Amino acid sequence: MRRKVNLFSSIDWFTVLLYLAMVFLGWVNIYSAVYNEEFDSIFNISQRYGKQLIWIIAAIVLAMIVILIDSQFYQLFAYIFYGLAILLLLLVLVFGAEVHGSKSWLAIGSFQLQPSEFAKLGTALALARYLTSHNVNLAKLPHLAISLIIMFTPAVLIMLQPDMGSTLVYASFFILLYREGLPNSLFFMAIAVVILFFLTLIFEKLMLLLIIFSFALIVFGFIEKSLKKSLVAALLFLGIAGFLKAVTFFVPALELTLYRIIFISLGASSVIYIILAFTQKIRSVFLVLTMLVSAVLFTYSVDYVFHNLLESHQRTRINIMLGFETDPLGMGYNLNQSKIAIGSGGLSGKGFLQGTQTKFDFVPEQSTDFIFCTVGEEWGFLGTAFVVILFATLLLRLIFIAERQRSAFSRVYAYGVISILFFHFVINIGMTIGLVPVIGIPLPFFSYGGSSLWAFTILLFILVRLDASRMELLR
Amino acid sequence: MDQLNARKYIIGILIVLVSIIFVVKLFALQVVDSSYKFSAENNSQRYVTQYPARGLIYDRDGDLLVYNEAAYDLMVNPAQLASFDTLALSSLLSIEPEQLRESLVKARSYSRYKPSIILKQLSSKKYAVLQEKLYQFPGFFVQPRTLRTYSDTVAAHLFGYVGEVDNKAIQDNPYYQMGDYLGISGIEKAYEKYLRGKKGVNIYLVDVHNNVKGAFADGKYDTAAVFGQNLVSTIDIDLQRYGEQLMQNKTGSIVAIEPSTGEILSLISAPTYDPDLLVGRVRTANYRKLANDTLKPLFNRALMAKYPPGSTFKVINALIGMQEGVVGYNSKFYCDMGYYAGGLHVGCHSHYSPLNLPHSISNSCNAYYCNVFRKIIDDPKFPTVDDGFNNWRNHVISFGFGDKLNIDLLNEASGFVPQTSYYDRYYGDNRWKSLTIVSLAIGQGELGITPLQMANMTAAIANRGYYYTPHIIKEIQNLPMINPRFTRRFNTTIDTTWYGPAIEGMEMAVNGGTGSTARIAKLDDIIVCGKTGTAENPHGEDHSIFIAFAPKDNPEIAIAVYVENAGYGSTYAAPIASLMIEKYLKNEISYRRKWIEQRMLNADLIHTEKE
Repeated sequence: MRRKVNLFSSIDWFTVLLYLAMVFLGWVNIYSAVYNEEFDSIFNISQRYGKQLIWIIAAIVLAMIVILIDSQFYQLFAYIFYGLAILLLLLVLVFGAEVHGSKSWLAIGSFQLQPSEFAKLGTALALARYLTSHNVNLAKLPHLAISLIIMFTPAVLIMLQPDMGSTLVYASFFILLYREGLPNSLFFMAIAVVILFFLTLIFEKLMLLLIIFSFALIVFGFIEKSLKKSLVAALLFLGIAGFLKAVTFFVPALELTLYRIIFISLGASSVIYIILAFTQKIRSVFLVLTMLVSAVLFTYSVDYVFHNLLESHQRTRINIMLGFETDPLGMGYNLNQSKIAIGSGGLSGKGFLQGTQTKFDFVPEQSTDFIFCTVGEEWGFLGTAFVVILFATLLLRLIFIAERQRSAFSRVYAYGVISILFFHFVINIGMTIGLVPVIGIPLPFFSYGGSSLWAFTILLFILVRLDASRMELLR
Repeated sequence: MDQLNARKYIIGILIVLVSIIFVVKLFALQVVDSSYKFSAENNSQRYVTQYPARGLIYDRDGDLLVYNEAAYDLMVNPAQLASFDTLALSSLLSIEPEQLRESLVKARSYSRYKPSIILKQLSSKKYAVLQEKLYQFPGFFVQPRTLRTYSDTVAAHLFGYVGEVDNKAIQDNPYYQMGDYLGISGIEKAYEKYLRGKKGVNIYLVDVHNNVKGAFADGKYDTAAVFGQNLVSTIDIDLQRYGEQLMQNKTGSIVAIEPSTGEILSLISAPTYDPDLLVGRVRTANYRKLANDTLKPLFNRALMAKYPPGSTFKVINALIGMQEGVVGYNSKFYCDMGYYAGGLHVGCHSHYSPLNLPHSISNSCNAYYCNVFRKIIDDPKFPTVDDGFNNWRNHVISFGFGDKLNIDLLNEASGFVPQTSYYDRYYGDNRWKSLTIVSLAIGQGELGITPLQMANMTAAIANRGYYYTPHIIKEIQNLPMINPRFTRRFNTTIDTTWYGPAIEGMEMAVNGGTGSTARIAKLDDIIVCGKTGTAENPHGEDHSIFIAFAPKDNPEIAIAVYVENAGYGSTYAAPIASLMIEKYLKNEISYRRKWIEQRMLNADLIHTEKE
């Protein structure tokens, strides 16, 4: 039984307003970013700004269509959307045109489409549908596994294109999972993994081992609620290490480097503790040891992956972000130019169409991934802060909308939208100011591009539609 | 459920937190940090790459072999162009005005705002004249570069040459950009990583009148170029030059190694070419000419030519025979102007017969070695011919044959030592035996050895049973030691004791009485040990081969000489090798041997053929 509701009055116009503001600002900044004095009309179709206008008009039409379709349609067809998305991703691997070394575009006639943008939408719908199915609980391992498969299948297909940026977006769905019941411990483990990843790149092995061990000691003491036990473990370890160090002093032929000493001491103390765990029944030892061992193994695999599996330009980008390399002419060029462009804006910017950095082509990809630079250069801090606040407001509004949903499906889907938009927001702007390695993904609603604009528009407006019909459901 | 509900706050807080971090960072970047400020006149940046000087290369005695000279590229930034006198500029640059216009069109289509090269590698003189007048041509500026210069016209194959990067190189390594140079062959390529240093960049502020207003952001984004590392080569340049002179008008190769370290003293491929031909603007035209030369001067014979070793290989068979116990010092085999067996006849020159092992080497008796070889293969302790052959082969490849030696130059051929499968394919399984392949006994047949491998084998004999990987660079600036793989010892499968008789034979070949094939190589005060070789050549005159090392005890040089189409080993290869040895050990040729030097220098084996 559903109530009849007036559609027009239940649409969240605040969200729609934010959307229009962003799209308009994006359009204006694209005009400035790729301004060509030979074609100075903002409506000129041969230039990107003219084209963006067409995409915008089409997007608005799409939005209206999305709103007019019954909200139950989205829930019913969730899996079909997902299936279509996977199909398109497979097709693009086979038939896609290769641009800049990756097959991300499908050409249909004179029309070009980027399936990876739409796949995010399909995944959000599918996850929403699955997680609200009967009896599905994220605390149960098989259900968690299926959720991960839903998330990672498109990610893997996109990775084959290859398009690392779009692949990483799928990690954002962890936010959705978190809200929908991902066990805390798993969430913290995921975060710990990310932190450990960066630590491995920054510190050398010895330091890492010590950090991991100290952390393990702390966790041990925490679980056992006993500082004494932690200290005992630490003393045991130091004792063995000291003994070994003395041995090397008297028998230098053994060639025990400090690293090996610590490694062996750890191994020895672990063995002793396992024995203790059996005799004195300290259960948490296993947990802590497993954590320790997997952390150490993880650092080795990160090392391996970083040096052997990542391409050299990806390594360089990470190194540049961590500050180990500068490379102002090569990889670091994008970042440098971006920061210079933004930095040169000062408080209020140089003014519309006056950005020298972006005007003189110093910032690469300035109408797409680096569109934020134009905002920074021409509108200054006031402009950039405004855009940041605009996004934050949108995201918070979406949380508000999500929580007032009566249908679980709508709520979960809402968090999907929030996760995706938040990820793009963080990575794109973070990249332009140097807080995040250069990963090429667009800024939603701002960046030039039909596929991304439409995908984001549909993504958002499905939510607007679902929200508008929330009062149809009887409590 | 409460806990899940609370999570929405956490997510919300996360969003707010990230936004705050962004705003703070933006504030720092845009308002607080003033290094991004531009002056009111809309200055723009100019990136000037600092190209570091490429590492220098010295020879083993410290003589400078390869260094750099300054050159200049003329660049243009189309956005900063104003109207200018094209005729004046083109005449200053000594090019046609049409060419200048074309370059400008190309530059503009590449990028309106990024600089392009208009003219490469202007000499310092041109640069000096141009620099004075450059103010008349806003938008043009000069980027300093360096060009490779060679102090002598020798060792072209060794040094290799430097050229511009191509698209593939840029894709493989993003360090390189259009217009960069990198080593394309030889040492320049093999040690590119050390020689190239690291590019730096200076970022300047320029105003609309092409005037440099100063360093951008006070040089905060500038990086200093790091000079390339200098290399010390193992080559003795005087010896190299001498060898190339001796090999003029001949084709072939000389390789000389210091046995105790594996350091290559000389690496010569004849005919050679002047390395300056491939530097700078003239390179493309000259390269084409050299590539089309029928004598193939660009082909590095020392590393890549696969020759049959001829009689020099008898030493190897002698060593293997002694190791396997099928022959000894006093073993004698009858030779009646050749070897006869099963309808097969292998010829031999006339000499006293029968000979013991050392004399078989000094007289280079073919029949002796046909016997030795067959005894090795047919030894009853091997059940099949395959087993006997494989055993023999294992001994052979322990001298470094049949595979690359992995020296530090690239483009090394592996050479060829046949396997049982090769003969199975050619003759059929089980349809060949020691007699079928007996030409291997005297170094003919299906053996392909490079001159480098021959010299390495000689070094192994000189060391009485081991060698080090030959290498061409002994020291890299700022590195405490060379790659440890060059200090690794490779042992042959022959015991040290067996080298005695073989070396005695080689000593007698040079210093013995009648019948010794290489008496022309004898030096008065140094005992030279050597072995001649004469490789049959179905297409023309036989090839002349000689291997040698000196002094007999504590040898300092091991050398292999290969002269194509030159007849007997003793006619050309032996005298050349002995001159090289004498030059290296004594620095000058003794008076009584001057005539040998004259004859070698004057010998012309190329042009007579053409007639």
